[in-house]
Amino acid sequence: MRVFWTLLRRELSAFFFSLTGYVIIAAVTLIIGYNFVVFVQKLGSDPTAMPLTEMFYNSFYFWLILLLITPVITMRLFALEKATGTFETLMTTPVGDVQVVAAKFSAAVIFYMIAWLPLLACMAIIQHFARQNSVLDAGTVGGMYAGILLTGSLFISLGCFASSLTRNQMTAAMISFALGVSLFSLGFLATGRPADADWQSQMLAGFNLFEQMHNFARGVVDTQTVIFFVSLTFLFLFLTVRVVESRRWK
Amino acid sequence: MIEVSNLTKRYAGRTAVDNISFTVARGEIVGLLGPNGAGKSTTMRVLSGFMPATRGTVKVAGFDVFHDADEARRRIGYMPENNPLYPEMRVREYLKFRARLKGLGWRQSRARVTTVMEQCGLTDVGRRVIGQLSKGYKQRVGLADALVHEPDLIILDEPTIGLDPQQIRSVRELIKGLAGKHTVLISTHILPEAEMMCNRMLIMFDGRVLAADTPENLHRRMAGSSQIIAEIAAPAEALRMAWEHLPEVEQFDVSAGEGEYFRCALTPREGVDLRPVIFNLARENGWALRELTRRRHSLEDIYIQVTKPDVEAVE
Repeated sequence: MRVFWTLLRRELSAFFFSLTGYVIIAAVTLIIGYNFVVFVQKLGSDPTAMPLTEMFYNSFYFWLILLLITPVITMRLFALEKATGTFETLMTTPVGDVQVVAAKFSAAVIFYMIAWLPLLACMAIIQHFARQNSVLDAGTVGGMYAGILLTGSLFISLGCFASSLTRNQMTAAMISFALGVSLFSLGFLATGRPADADWQSQMLAGFNLFEQMHNFARGVVDTQTVIFFVSLTFLFLFLTVRVVESRRWK
Repeated sequence: MIEVSNLTKRYAGRTAVDNISFTVARGEIVGLLGPNGAGKSTTMRVLSGFMPATRGTVKVAGFDVFHDADEARRRIGYMPENNPLYPEMRVREYLKFRARLKGLGWRQSRARVTTVMEQCGLTDVGRRVIGQLSKGYKQRVGLADALVHEPDLIILDEPTIGLDPQQIRSVRELIKGLAGKHTVLISTHILPEAEMMCNRMLIMFDGRVLAADTPENLHRRMAGSSQIIAEIAAPAEALRMAWEHLPEVEQFDVSAGEGEYFRCALTPREGVDLRPVIFNLARENGWALRELTRRRHSLEDIYIQVTKPDVEAVE
């Protein structure tokens, strides 16, 4: 456990030591801010019955961040270490493969959540000018952040997996982007079909991230969805561990 | 300290290390010598526990590097080829991070980092960012990292590659200073370097260990065939005649040098030192002798020499 914290600290600080970390945060802040402007304009013209969080999420900006930023966050994790050779110094210390993967994944998730913090500020501004406590309540905001965390974890585990496959950061980013987009668009295959027609449609509907995130944004945290995200995340982390181990049987 | 038996490492379709066995005793400094691609780095990677062997076993301090990986790794300080470091970290911070990874406690790692920084001459650069250090300093950071957990065995893969002569000397001094307290395994392709630092040399070529001996013994094996270069001012014909009639000379080659001097490359018969013979010859004939050197063996000569018996056996 001590080793895990040491690794986690180093991984997290690596984001802030390099310029990339700040570039990512700046990019996310820009997208959130842009979203905010559009959102305020819409709010100024006509009234709405939607919860604010749902409106925030209902634009494509959210998915833009998820699909574009997570590969950039994760591409460095394994690929860079393999390219520079530090992977060798790391793996010849008495640390386990699982610890390494867990620390890298956790650091990426924490960084991802930090990048999302400006959204809270946007909400606070709305709250301030709406002068109404009912506009935003802890439940919907919490639900939304739970959604951001769960979808983010899933995409970051995809990214970890992609990064462990190669020693080239660009390749890693492209693989995880391709995996992310495929996973994301899988849900849309179901939209044409009636939801309860056959098991294929039901399964595809299960992959509808768009719909699931919608629930989170309304403040609905469904156990089925949580289990879905958590288990997929673990699946990809497991695959990452296997790839890291693979140097043993290659 | 190290017991390697029948180690074979095969990459997809290529055998990098082919059934080698050797042992290293505690406190020895052993050089792994060979050209690029001989399997030195692969051997070291297996020893450090980074990759498993295809066949054979490797034990360090009695622990199998694959089955008792953690125990073995605690006893090994490994510096890979090209000395990879995290360029964005500061020296002290990096060493502390490494010490913690290797299982040292907070207090203990602080004390050890201070010690190894003194030992490696890093005290003044502790707060500098690694990426901005000179190559010599980076190499010392790598060494300090290998030493930080007081390992019994230190494995250094080409520790002096790419350094300037001054830096090479200081790194060599450092490594020599480790003798006795630690067992050291160094790989290099520079023969004089291995001679200078090691008690024993293992010569690797094409995935096999061709010879394992002390530098002196290897030299003795080689001395018989070392070439002598002599520059003598004399008529070329007279020189050729003289060499032909000397029973000690096996082969010779006379080429024109500057002015009236001729450059003679002479191969002596097994075990003979030609130099006094040449001096006497020059004195008797009243020739001016301005250079007399024994050509040092390049590594290549050694490989040729060591592989020779095999070739003859095949013929």
